[in-house]
Amino acid sequence: MNELLALFIKYALVNNFILTMFLGLCPFFGVSKRLGDALSMGIAVTFVMLSASVITWLIAHFLLIPFNIQYMEIVVFILVIASFVQLIEMFIRKTSVSLYRALGIYLPLITTNCAILGIAEINFREGFSLLGSVASSLGAGVGFILALAIMSGMRERLEISAVPESFEGLPIAFITASLLSLSFIVFRGIGL
Amino acid sequence: MIKDFTNGIVKVNPIFVLALGLCPALAISTSIDNAIGMGASVIFVLLFSNLMISLLRNVIPKEVRIPCFIVIIATFVTIVSLALQAYLPALNESLGIYVPLIVVNCIILGRAEAFASKNPVSRSVLDALGIGLGFTLSLIIISIIRELLGTGGISVFGYGVTLPFSPATFFIMPAGAFLVIGLLLGLFKRVGVIR
Repeated sequence: MNELLALFIKYALVNNFILTMFLGLCPFFGVSKRLGDALSMGIAVTFVMLSASVITWLIAHFLLIPFNIQYMEIVVFILVIASFVQLIEMFIRKTSVSLYRALGIYLPLITTNCAILGIAEINFREGFSLLGSVASSLGAGVGFILALAIMSGMRERLEISAVPESFEGLPIAFITASLLSLSFIVFRGIGL
Repeated sequence: MIKDFTNGIVKVNPIFVLALGLCPALAISTSIDNAIGMGASVIFVLLFSNLMISLLRNVIPKEVRIPCFIVIIATFVTIVSLALQAYLPALNESLGIYVPLIVVNCIILGRAEAFASKNPVSRSVLDALGIGLGFTLSLIIISIIRELLGTGGISVFGYGVTLPFSPATFFIMPAGAFLVIGLLLGLFKRVGVIR
């Protein structure tokens, strides 16, 4: 149990996906302008990360390893993730209109989000168990939501502040992210 | 023809103008060696995926083009990953998880979709070389600044100089990466290289 908690904290705070590993930067800068959008995107990413971790774990341990074809990991993982995201999108569109409005528009963006393939690769390379993969992907998802929520709050304030002309938009967002990342360095003190 | 090549270096520079492929740009720009290794890997994948997709552009059905592109790209990334493991294990170790993540680098899928699937082979190859070189040069610029300030010296493949000041470790930490790219983007906007 302690081990799972340690994995959760490791990927939520110490190795925060956005602020220390730079995975999933596109949505981080793309949809962090309003808190509501940021939360929807964060929940969608967490859900896909969790399911993709479980699916890729099953495929790795029941298909790749028994047949000794681990070198196919990249091709197999990306195909599975892409088709899985398509499937969820179709499922949500058919079953719930309101859920589709809230999350659906983010799903196509998620396929090429490095956070998803990133967590699948980390689980595979570190050799986590199934429960370990669940814990690490939940941690990564929570860390992702946390970073996105804080960033959106800061960017809402940035909109009304006087930024030098050449730093408007992306440059000032990067500098804000730098300060945010600096504050996450304290979590390195946690010994896991 | 020659424009296809030069466009990628300044006018549509993938990192500073299009803001694509930022994950590797921030993550592995801690040293110049890593930047060159990552740049070379991306050039290889981009060159062969553009070549392949351009050759197959009339064969691939429009409806399933994205999955086809992804499989082609993933194949070349697998080749790079296996080659690095076999011949350059030290580089492979320091690039780590960012080698398989070349698959989801938006630059490669972006060029496949926007250029290679619509243009003849010769132009697609030049486009891939230009964009790849633009990506590598941007990576090297960022890594020179970070390595110089963060470690107090510069070294390329073991040859290098150490400068007589104590390094600011901040610059090789993640926060330093965000700051350097933010300042460079602001600077390029100021001098008018990008809008």
